[in-house]
Amino acid sequence: MLLKEIKTLILQETIIEWRLRYAINGILLYLVSVIFISYLSFRSQVSSLNPVIWNTLFWIIILFTAVNAVTKSFIQLNRGRLIYYYSIANPAAIILSKVIYNTILLIGIGFTGLMMYSLVLGNPIDDLLLFMVNLILGSAGFAGVLTMNSGIASKAANSTTLMAVLSFPVILPLLLIIIRISKNALEGLDWSASYGPIIYLCAIDIIVITISTILFPYIWRS
Amino acid sequence: MAKLTFDFKKNWWKLIAVILVFYTVIGGFLIKVPRIAIVQESVRNQFFHVSMWFSMMILLTTSLLFSIRYLAKSKMKYDGIAEEFAYMGIILGILGLATGSIWARFTWGAWWVNDAKLNGAAICMLIYLAYVILRNSIEDEIQRARISAVYNIFAWSTLLPLLYILPRLTDSLHPGSGGNPGFNIYDLDNNLRLVFYPSIIGWTLLGIWIIQLRVRVKEIKSKLEDIS
Repeated sequence: MLLKEIKTLILQETIIEWRLRYAINGILLYLVSVIFISYLSFRSQVSSLNPVIWNTLFWIIILFTAVNAVTKSFIQLNRGRLIYYYSIANPAAIILSKVIYNTILLIGIGFTGLMMYSLVLGNPIDDLLLFMVNLILGSAGFAGVLTMNSGIASKAANSTTLMAVLSFPVILPLLLIIIRISKNALEGLDWSASYGPIIYLCAIDIIVITISTILFPYIWRS
Repeated sequence: MAKLTFDFKKNWWKLIAVILVFYTVIGGFLIKVPRIAIVQESVRNQFFHVSMWFSMMILLTTSLLFSIRYLAKSKMKYDGIAEEFAYMGIILGILGLATGSIWARFTWGAWWVNDAKLNGAAICMLIYLAYVILRNSIEDEIQRARISAVYNIFAWSTLLPLLYILPRLTDSLHPGSGGNPGFNIYDLDNNLRLVFYPSIIGWTLLGIWIIQLRVRVKEIKSKLEDIS
């Protein structure tokens, strides 16, 4: 029952997104512009870009794009649709469908970003598989935290600024672990060096998504 | 003229708070401390910096419990208490950062170093300052109570990995980890314990006293608003 509801909601979200392509196109253009700006700013040193800087810059770009992409989940939802959802759907189904949808969206953004980024700034990744696993787990964590915070911020005045203020400190532990795993992938370290951080990353993902599911009904009701 | 009286049965813990805080300050500076390499006399900071952080965690966790109670019972009183506990936690956290920073200046030679524990502390403060901003940006009282309770619980549960998992992933300069001498069980000698544990209780009780006063002021204010 719940699964079916989630499936329908995700499908419906995707269809709406497809019909109003400007939102997703806007995010992709944002991503491309930011990558191009970084490329131009680093122009003289692109060939000798330090892997640490490459890594950090990549994740910061992904973080900012993710905040912009997920913000609209609740903040830009108009009143009519909000009430409509409220009357037909279970709050747990709504938050889970949003988190899953945003995870898929962020994985897409991550892959596109990685392609564009490697095109202009080079690709020093040694262990691509580890990098991809990290990208997928990281996207799930980002989606969980940001979707929940979008729900919280949508209830307050001045919500776009608030979204960033609320999300950044909460997302930082996640970002630090992701950057660490990604550094291992860049240096091509053995997988055994990354097991610990990967387990922590999964644990944080699970905590964030569970807590969101439990708490969301309280936001939804108001 | 009202007579100044002290109701011992009701207020005994305030007396303990005062005694323990004085004990911490006087005893903390006079007691004989063990010689530990690098840290030396500055080990006395444990009675201020470390214990303030302990009582900050106690207060923030209490704030979390009141937030959960608010969501379960929807009584405005709990929201007010949770808010004040969080504010007092922030104040103790800032004091802890300040004492830690002064200590670091004289032990490590810098006010701030790039270290997992220090950064965790700073992020913790950022999270709770965001909580304050969130509270201020919601007009409606009931909405504010509910949304900020949700954020409080959410933030606290992401704070746990930050404070307890991340520092274990990296080597740290901070005493008590990475092979540095410090405040772990093996180094904590009986003299230190004699002041350390009471100091945690002292700071926590002092914090609760301040919170109690602030909650009362708030209640009186809201009653006055109802009348006018």
